[in-house]
Amino acid sequence: MIEVKGITKSYGNKKSEFQVLKGISLTIEDGDFAVILGASGSGKSTFLNIISGLERPDGGKVMYDETDITTLSDKDLTEFRKATIGFIFQQYYLLPNMNIDKNVKMGADLAGNKNYRAVIQAVGLEEKLHKYPGELSGGEQQRVSVARALAKQPKVLFLDEPTGALDEQTGRQVLDYICRLQKEYGFTMLMVTHNINIAEMANTVIKMNSGNISEVYTNETQKTAYEIGW
Amino acid sequence: MLVGIKDAARMTGILIISFCAVFVCTMFLNYHIDITGIENEIVSEQAIVFYHAQVSTAKVVCTVSGGCLLITSVIMLLFYIKHYIDIHKKELGILKALGYSNLKIARSFWVFGSSIFLGTALGFAGAFLIMPSFYKMQNKERILPDISVHFHPVLFISLVFLPAAVFAALSVWYAFHQLKTPVMRLLKDTLQNCSKMKRHKEKKHNPRPFLDDLKRNTLREKKVLVFFILFASFCFSSMTQMSFSMNDLASVMMGAMILLIGIVLACTTLFLAITAVVNGNKKTIAMMRVFGYSQKECCNAILGGYRKVSWLGFLIGSVYQYALLRIMVDLVFRDMDGVPVYKFDFPAMLISLAAFLLFYEIVMYAYSEKIKKISVKEIMLE
Repeated sequence: MIEVKGITKSYGNKKSEFQVLKGISLTIEDGDFAVILGASGSGKSTFLNIISGLERPDGGKVMYDETDITTLSDKDLTEFRKATIGFIFQQYYLLPNMNIDKNVKMGADLAGNKNYRAVIQAVGLEEKLHKYPGELSGGEQQRVSVARALAKQPKVLFLDEPTGALDEQTGRQVLDYICRLQKEYGFTMLMVTHNINIAEMANTVIKMNSGNISEVYTNETQKTAYEIGW
Repeated sequence: MLVGIKDAARMTGILIISFCAVFVCTMFLNYHIDITGIENEIVSEQAIVFYHAQVSTAKVVCTVSGGCLLITSVIMLLFYIKHYIDIHKKELGILKALGYSNLKIARSFWVFGSSIFLGTALGFAGAFLIMPSFYKMQNKERILPDISVHFHPVLFISLVFLPAAVFAALSVWYAFHQLKTPVMRLLKDTLQNCSKMKRHKEKKHNPRPFLDDLKRNTLREKKVLVFFILFASFCFSSMTQMSFSMNDLASVMMGAMILLIGIVLACTTLFLAITAVVNGNKKTIAMMRVFGYSQKECCNAILGGYRKVSWLGFLIGSVYQYALLRIMVDLVFRDMDGVPVYKFDFPAMLISLAAFLLFYEIVMYAYSEKIKKISVKEIMLE
């Protein structure tokens, strides 16, 4: 279980300080699929970075079961990310000089996962193992990014606007892969998006506005990627 | 102007190398011209032998040092222009898309010649400052008649203006050549990566761990950086050992000068190369950190491969300095009396090796701290 208590974060200096997060608290259960919805500048990406241990908050706690990750040293935080976290970004951030197999291996090696090609197969890219990112379409690159994150066998997967750079059809396809794999592997998933339709696929929806959580609700039924609007 | 003076000002590496090249060449060529001017005044046999040894030394030093530094500065200039175009691909692509011709964009690259001009001018001035003491040292036993320092305009033009003009022209030509890349390739990085990567197809089943693959890839990706690191360790090795070993063959001043130039060249080239390696792999490092690779693993994968290259450079430098001094002793000083037999100086080599290993590891440590500070946020905001 992830428990966030009173997270605050500001940027800038004392003269022109801008508070991005204003004391956020929430709980995410194991195996949950939560979506954080909000407009640009609402603080959702900063929140995602803090909850995943990429950034440190100014105040508050982020508890993973009994561990408060905000108090961990840099070295321990790296170990924590290694053991717990997977990440998928809007811009993919694949290693351009390495083929798909090696890109996925980057995640797999951290978990000692020898069977990582099963994940490549699961995202439908087994035919493109030896292609380079530059030779793939945007949707295919994002699927590689999904495979890379999952080959690491994370307990929690963070997604920052994973369909933001994709067209509708490709976006649906990528979301479908992600959701099917989440059901199969059972990891917790936290996705940041500004697309309100994607929220219909999640268990829990967290709406953010100006650094605060304005609403949290649970969907009784979850739609698939092909049932939602776009 | 598309490329500004600020961009040229960043070429510290080329500035320092051109400074060193012109400093050494001015000193020895000026000496060579001045000493040949007094040839008719030399009468004794001992003085004639000494005279010929001095002339040959000046020729060898100018050819070897000047040539070596010239090649390095050309490679460095081309590398810098290529690097500049790579990191400004999108801006250049937009300019081309707007209708700017390749030549119009390339013309603005002439400013890179200004760094060379600054380096050569400073090198020329520095050489003239030291020249009176250098002349005295070269003739401290007063075997030759007094040699006075003269200013030779032809040297000034060919060592200060000519290199700057040639390098400015070379910059424009190379930029023009590089800008022939189609607009869409400049605008979309991925397309270029795709065509580049096809050259590196590998075996289908590759059991190597990711970190080993990354280390190999980093080395293979930019071979010019391998050359720079090899060159840095080569300079350090050859010039420090030479300065220790030639105590019996040359003046203390010359030894100190060689030592200083060696260290400056090694530092400049090594810093330039490692900075380029780290900056070129920022995204990779950030992603590795996100996924949970430790700082040590990141450093080892990105920088670790160059360690063996630097050792190789050191070895080549040791052999080179031995061969060069041997040639000098056997050919240049062969007719002179009292020239000691030159043998490989093992203590000098060991001191130089220890100093080099310490220097290299300190630089690597400094860069591992830099790697630690690379944040994923910075990368995402780019």
